[in-house]
Amino acid sequence: MPSPEQWTHPEPGEGPAAQAAQPSREQVIAGLRNTDAGGAEVTQLLTPEGERIASPQFDRYISDIDPDALRGLYRDMVLVRRADREANAMQRQGQLGIWVPLLGQEAAQVGSGRALRPQDMAFPSYREHGVAYTRGVDFKELLGIFRCTDHGGWDFKAHGFHPYTIVIGNQVLNAAGYAMGQKFEGKVGDDDGEATIVYFGDGATSQGDVHEGFVWAAVYDAPLVFFCQNNQWAISEPTERQSRLPLYQRARGYGFPGIRVDGNDVLACLAVTRWALEECRHGNGPVLIEAFTYRMDAHTTTDDPTRYRLSEELEVWKHKDPIERVRVHLARNGYADQAWFDQIESEADAFAADLREFCFNMPEPPPERVFTGVYAEPSPVLDSQRDEFLSYLAGFVEAGER
Amino acid sequence: MAAPVKSPVDGAVPAVQKLTIGKALNMGLRAAMEADDKVLILGEDVGKLGGVFRITDGLQKDFGEQRVLDTPLAESGIIGTAVGLAVRGFRPVCEIQFEGFIFPGFDQISSQLAKLHYRTQGRVKVPVVVRVPYGGGIGAVEHHSESPESLFAHIAGLKVVSCSNPTDAYWMIQQAVACDDPVLFFEPKRLYHNGQLKSEVDTTTPPGPLFASRVVREGTDCTLVAYGPSVKVCIDAAAAAAEEGRSLEVIDLRTLSPLDLAPVFESVRRTGRLVAVSEAPSESSITSEIAARVQQECFYSLEAPVLRATGFDTPYPPSKLEEHYLPDLDRVLHTVDRAMGW
Ligand SMILES: Cc1ncc(C[n+]2csc(CCOP(=O)(O)OP(=O)(O)O)c2C)c(N)n1
Repeated sequence: MPSPEQWTHPEPGEGPAAQAAQPSREQVIAGLRNTDAGGAEVTQLLTPEGERIASPQFDRYISDIDPDALRGLYRDMVLVRRADREANAMQRQGQLGIWVPLLGQEAAQVGSGRALRPQDMAFPSYREHGVAYTRGVDFKELLGIFRCTDHGGWDFKAHGFHPYTIVIGNQVLNAAGYAMGQKFEGKVGDDDGEATIVYFGDGATSQGDVHEGFVWAAVYDAPLVFFCQNNQWAISEPTERQSRLPLYQRARGYGFPGIRVDGNDVLACLAVTRWALEECRHGNGPVLIEAFTYRMDAHTTTDDPTRYRLSEELEVWKHKDPIERVRVHLARNGYADQAWFDQIESEADAFAADLREFCFNMPEPPPERVFTGVYAEPSPVLDSQRDEFLSYLAGFVEAGER
Repeated sequence: MAAPVKSPVDGAVPAVQKLTIGKALNMGLRAAMEADDKVLILGEDVGKLGGVFRITDGLQKDFGEQRVLDTPLAESGIIGTAVGLAVRGFRPVCEIQFEGFIFPGFDQISSQLAKLHYRTQGRVKVPVVVRVPYGGGIGAVEHHSESPESLFAHIAGLKVVSCSNPTDAYWMIQQAVACDDPVLFFEPKRLYHNGQLKSEVDTTTPPGPLFASRVVREGTDCTLVAYGPSVKVCIDAAAAAAEEGRSLEVIDLRTLSPLDLAPVFESVRRTGRLVAVSEAPSESSITSEIAARVQQECFYSLEAPVLRATGFDTPYPPSKLEEHYLPDLDRVLHTVDRAMGW
């Protein structure tokens, strides 16, 4: 057995030709993190400098986005970012147990979320606060999860926004099943059809569940848009630790289209997701979208990104900020003046203040909540376990201790 | 156990050190890697980040990326490839980030890891260790506080252990790596960096075999049996009870499969009472098994039925409620009171 130092691949020229032809690690990284936000294949409608690029394929999907609508998207992103920053700060102050920041991913979430219609269903992972917002789920409704008072209690049917899923990849199969249901019920086939979208990260693409989700959706022609937010990192592991190939290209192997979009471009995310959803509504799904973006903060508030990534990387991505490019575009074209931007800022301040106050006043759940909602049908065994525990607790109250 | 555990090279580490459980595990892993170059570490974020709990901190730096592998994000992949690596002659140590994420790997654990040796009647050994941070009390979101160990103890072909103090952490991890059978190694995550538990670890001599339980506090009135995070709760409860003149014996189970119940039987024959403590839901669990076996073996010595202080038969609740869910010192003492008052 060779010693550990010799376990690496032979150098080009030393080993079999097939191995010598393989790209180096550096080449793989370069290919995946193509400098211009995703490489030549990326769909972009608004450059980081705020210039609108015409697209013969996708312009028609945003023909309704007039200056007013664009200001609306800008406002969405500003409010979402502001709420995210507020929650992050509240975690630092001990008001939340943990926070999962979305900083940098506002365009991917708002753009794709705004592409959905009321009849559609979204299956999020755990970072999709911006999508939640577009589905009418109040940020306040998300906070319980992070303050650890509940596991996610919003009315998912009313909002068309499934509960968060923490186990990586699980929701992809659940979404495939839901979309199969839409198909089985004949809700697919014309402009008014239904579709489902499922969100997951680049790391998630390694999980069996995601692979199986691709297979199921494909063989049952499910109206499902797979929306992968490639934010370059799965905690400390870069995308090349998950794949040798740009992720959107995987779709081909499963028999459906895959497309890479500039995830920091809200217009492109909106247009491409609308296109993909339309494909699904008409029965041409599934579709995979890879939104090429960047996580500008830590993975969660417990993470320490300085251990695994360079600050230069962050600096490069700051120039591609999803909000800034819309601001520049609005300002340069005279679609918004300083007074309007100021007004949005103060709206964001109020939005955040409201969130903060709500968080501080959130009631603690009572002890019996431990036992509620476990089963749909009555459980006498659990009822007696609960009663026994509550009377045990009552003992302390009588003794004046707890 | 096949290969004896080698103690680390002379002079590499001071013989006695004050360590937390987390640091002891880190040093134990380091010693195991130094002792055998077939030992590999696999998992999510175990390299540069040192794992989300930093248990593998510095190992990739010192042993390289071929021995400490930052794997793709896929538990079935981690366990499944570890099985293949073991068949090839390596001794993989897998890290599962949190117990709630072991289930994508459950298929590989139950179908392959546990059964290859049996299937081949010993021709294939799979000396894989799966390290699982488990248990609650850290104020986390869903899937980060569970105690699924009973599910694994139920699978024949696996060995399941849990440590509760720095000395055991240091030695048990090395013994698990040296074991020729697959070992599920459950680590009490809330104690990893608990300064109160920091204690002197003798890095020259293991305190005993891996698959043996141990009396950690002697007593005469009632026996408490626990493992992992609950051991500290029981030791604290015994100290509190002593102030009130009650003498509790505490046994650290250490091994959950095989269960080493001989010291428990011996103790119950003296005290006549047993309270089994665990964070896991009680139905069909390690504590159920203990209750069944103790009543079978010690029927005539028992002064009271075997009682249990455990998690409830609910999913782990939102963590603002975990103080209610987890059997704490009060609940343990309350259960002891019930046993004594029988
Ligand atoms: C099955 C499973 N394994 C491990 C984890 C722990 N974990 C939480 S998030 C994460 C990284 C996810 O990365 P990615 O899929 O790229 O999504 P991102 O968080 O970057 O949006 C890991 C390993 C988990 N939640 N579920």
